[in-house]
Amino acid sequence: MPRYFSEEHEWIDVDGDTATIGITDYAQGQLGDIVFVEVPAAGTVLAKGKEAAVVESVKAASDVYSPVSGTVTEGNQALADDPALVNSSPESAGWFFKVTIANAGELDGLMDEAAYKDFVASL
Amino acid sequence: MRYLPLTDADRSAMLDVIGADSIDALFADVPREHYLTEPLEGLPMHASEMAVERHMRRLSKMNLAAADAPFFLGAGAYRHHIPASVDHLIQRGEFLTSYTPYQPEIAQGTLQMLFEFQTQVARLFGCAVANASMYDGSTACWEAIAMAGRVTKRSKVLLSNGLHPHYVSTAKTMARFNGDTVAYAEPTLTAETDFAELAGAVDGETGCVVVQYPDVLGRIGDMSALADACHVAGALLVAVVTEPVALGALKSPGEMGADIVVGEGQAIGVGLQFGGPYLGLFAVRDPKHVRQMPGRLCGETVDAEGKRGFVLTLSTREQHIRREKATSNICTNSGLCALAFSIHLTLLGEKGMRALAAENHRLACLAADRLAKVPGVEVLNDSFFNEFTLLVPGDARQLVRDLADKGVLAGVSLGRLYPDGDRRENGIVVAVTETVTEEDIEALAAALEGALT
Amino acid sequence: MSAPNVSGWKPGTPEAPSGPAGIETVTGNRGLMLEEPLIFEIGGSETTGVDFASPLPAGDGSARLAGLERSEPIGLPGLSEPETVRHYTRLSRQNYAIDCGIFPLGSCTMKHNPRLNEKVARMPGFADLHPLQPESTVQGALGAIDELARWLLALTGMHSVAMSPKAGAHGELCGILCIRAALEARGDARSVILVPESAHGTNPATAAFAGYAVENIPAAPDGRVDLAALKARLGAGGLENCNVAAVMITNPNTCGLFERQMKAISDTVHAAGALVYCDGANFNAIVGRVRPGDFGVDAMHINLHKTFSTPHGGGGPGSGPVVLSEALAPFAPLPFVRKTDGGFELIEEEDGVAAAPRSFGRMTAFHGQMGMFTRALAYILSHGADGLRQVSGDAVLGANYLLRSLEDVLDAPFGGTGPCMHEALFSDDGFAEGIATLDVAKALIDEGFHPMTMYFPLVVHGAMLIEPTECESKASLDQFILALRSIGERAKAGDSSLHQAPQLAPRRRLDETLAARKPVLAYEG
Repeated sequence: MPRYFSEEHEWIDVDGDTATIGITDYAQGQLGDIVFVEVPAAGTVLAKGKEAAVVESVKAASDVYSPVSGTVTEGNQALADDPALVNSSPESAGWFFKVTIANAGELDGLMDEAAYKDFVASL
Repeated sequence: MRYLPLTDADRSAMLDVIGADSIDALFADVPREHYLTEPLEGLPMHASEMAVERHMRRLSKMNLAAADAPFFLGAGAYRHHIPASVDHLIQRGEFLTSYTPYQPEIAQGTLQMLFEFQTQVARLFGCAVANASMYDGSTACWEAIAMAGRVTKRSKVLLSNGLHPHYVSTAKTMARFNGDTVAYAEPTLTAETDFAELAGAVDGETGCVVVQYPDVLGRIGDMSALADACHVAGALLVAVVTEPVALGALKSPGEMGADIVVGEGQAIGVGLQFGGPYLGLFAVRDPKHVRQMPGRLCGETVDAEGKRGFVLTLSTREQHIRREKATSNICTNSGLCALAFSIHLTLLGEKGMRALAAENHRLACLAADRLAKVPGVEVLNDSFFNEFTLLVPGDARQLVRDLADKGVLAGVSLGRLYPDGDRRENGIVVAVTETVTEEDIEALAAALEGALT
Repeated sequence: MSAPNVSGWKPGTPEAPSGPAGIETVTGNRGLMLEEPLIFEIGGSETTGVDFASPLPAGDGSARLAGLERSEPIGLPGLSEPETVRHYTRLSRQNYAIDCGIFPLGSCTMKHNPRLNEKVARMPGFADLHPLQPESTVQGALGAIDELARWLLALTGMHSVAMSPKAGAHGELCGILCIRAALEARGDARSVILVPESAHGTNPATAAFAGYAVENIPAAPDGRVDLAALKARLGAGGLENCNVAAVMITNPNTCGLFERQMKAISDTVHAAGALVYCDGANFNAIVGRVRPGDFGVDAMHINLHKTFSTPHGGGGPGSGPVVLSEALAPFAPLPFVRKTDGGFELIEEEDGVAAAPRSFGRMTAFHGQMGMFTRALAYILSHGADGLRQVSGDAVLGANYLLRSLEDVLDAPFGGTGPCMHEALFSDDGFAEGIATLDVAKALIDEGFHPMTMYFPLVVHGAMLIEPTECESKASLDQFILALRSIGERAKAGDSSLHQAPQLAPRRRLDETLAARKPVLAYEG
């Protein structure tokens, strides 16, 4: 299953026309202990690059953007009880939401793992 | 000058370290044409403590203090006896001159006090969570309206006719700028609140209904049915309490289903002070609403050694982190007033609060009965706690001024509160607290009799 | 995601203590450091510290309570007077305060709170007045408000002042609403407010609350507003199509630097049909030496609890009068005090229709923080024009002294651009890996100081903003410098014992993560 990355530190796993989205290990390290996550409800229509979720640490709050346009099928309910999953497992169990992708062409602009690693190194 | 510790020798030594010739040189970034090289003209120079005190005392003596007259004013600010310990404790330097507790390890005094305060307010209001205070009751009220808008995503607001007109005016000003539509009509002079009509008016576009309890005319309404009507329609009920001592005798708004309870805490510990600083109280009945609350919140936690301690928490709601997406722009709270409130309430305790409320109500009943015997005077209210509305013949506002000239502070005329309405003629809102004596009541009755014959 | 954690501030669950904490005691008390339970743990429902006359027989009074008499206990604990005094005395002793030592918080102006202020505020003729008393009975109080207002106008060189805002942020809202009302009155409602990234969070929060979209103004490398970028933004799409309502500037700015081009900024903004809001939080740097009115400012709030010494009280109350230009004066909120031949009047809604027809309305009950007005007036009269000028002089002197005494140990990003104003800004550049500004701050606590402002402004990573005020003696400044130099060296050397700080305060580092994940906001026992 291919994984892509955005410059906004989101990752996206693509499986046919559905995708799982979360934030990267780099992002969670920057934020510190995550205390609260607000994920979108199923049925929410998202646009590429627009706000989809909110992630809060003790002293910072960040909007999480969707790297693709689509419709939310599921928000990760586990994060409501255990926001720490984002710290311990940002790129698997700490996923934020799943979408049905509206336009596969949007994936072309995203980075692969190697490119994202280089991108982070340059920050 | 007594507040400036640096000597000329200090200043020289410091300038040497800096490498500058003079203090003026440090202001080199200020364009010369705008830099004042001399003290501003036409203003007095520094003065001794004695001179300042004399000047301020002269100004203070030009006012009629409540203690020097029979005193019956309420309408949103109440005169109660504040135990002597309160004012001493709040003047301890570690309270008076401390800051917002952003460094919790050296601010546990403030933080524990705020946790106690929050709990006291929550219990008084019948709510799950209260915040660490707002500026005053009126701003707490419009913040509650704003919060209801965020929660319901609706912009229609219904205000009870019994809401204090200053609170109405403030809410209307804010609504003008955030796009809410506010429905409000001034009260008619009946003994009933408008809670039943409001329940009928709530619909699927209503974001919140705001009631006052007891209301500005002193009337007490049961908001349970109104709360139900709001919830069925998906709206929130906001209850405003301007006289918290009433809750020593009455059911709390939270018990009756109000979703957000706000109020003015001035009556307990804070004092009249000619209008401020006062103490905004803000609480939510249901903990699920906590993240939408404005203002600071203090929470319990542990330190690295496992000892219980307290910190400001859920800060991501606030302006210093969320900036333009904050739940409010509020920064400062009313910390010292919250402390005074909390100390006073601790001294009172359950038993004292009930006794205080009972005494207020007893004296108010006495006063109402006595004043109703003054020819031409009627008491509007069937229900009241420590404040009721008198209906008098003639211009009540002028009557209040005339009585003030005779050294009796009779109450707040409806003409003062509702300058646009046709209420000028009739009404005076009269508050009776435990500071009122039977002699005071007699003096008011006599003054009214004298003025009205 | 949007900029993850620009400031770099990451408190979390603290590290476990590295060693024993000294001797163990049975009570948990440690000498004069006394533990104190909650009132809910020590108070009782039958205990009270207030006496009432013996209860009278219950008459038919309850018939007038509309059948809503309380049937459930409130749940309030009571304490006797001695227990109450002891409880709050013990709590107070766990607080640092200005009365204890330097409180070097940048942007907060933690100056000495004179006790004359307290005495004056408590004179019965001020403290025991009801806000709605007839005017004839409060002429002295209205006169005091007017006298303070005149001082504020003289010191700022502005046209009018709105005295009713309750605090700085409330004053910001007042100023922005005046601007909005003014623009709507000329049929030119605009939608955007420009705010520097370095601004205090209340600025964008206020702008958003007032219905505006907020955009950033970039800073130039010297830390000040980039005038060229500002011009470009205002002129984008043509000056006549400018959608910017106002620009919010702090001067001196939050990096402690004077905006040299303030006049040019105002001229540029006015040329685009917009207005200038000045955040007056840093007025202590320039009081008596510079008048914001001379720079074309349209509205500025003044924090009486900063520049004018009213006490911070553990977080409030404040007071935020707003000085206004002639252009904005007609839109000022109700109510306000007006001087007439016969004395003083309080102009409320009724008279407002005639006296202030374009006022944007009322923004609070009653008319202002009178208790802060009397305190501030006592302070201003004590200093006088010459004293106030000395205040800004000594404040700026003290900050520059700190800057030059520390800049070889701590990185000062703008130290090379000239003198700072009343506060000095440092960054965490040069700290060893794993050492953060947070650690430096906590180490200062062990040395007996309240830390400086940390992680603000956001434009500098790990920012440390130090404002000594004019009320610190040279000895006090020298002791602070000594401690901070030592800690700075430890930070650069990577001394990991800094993670253990504070070790000597009433509490060690607190678990802020736990407090946010599992909020406990009321006593539940």
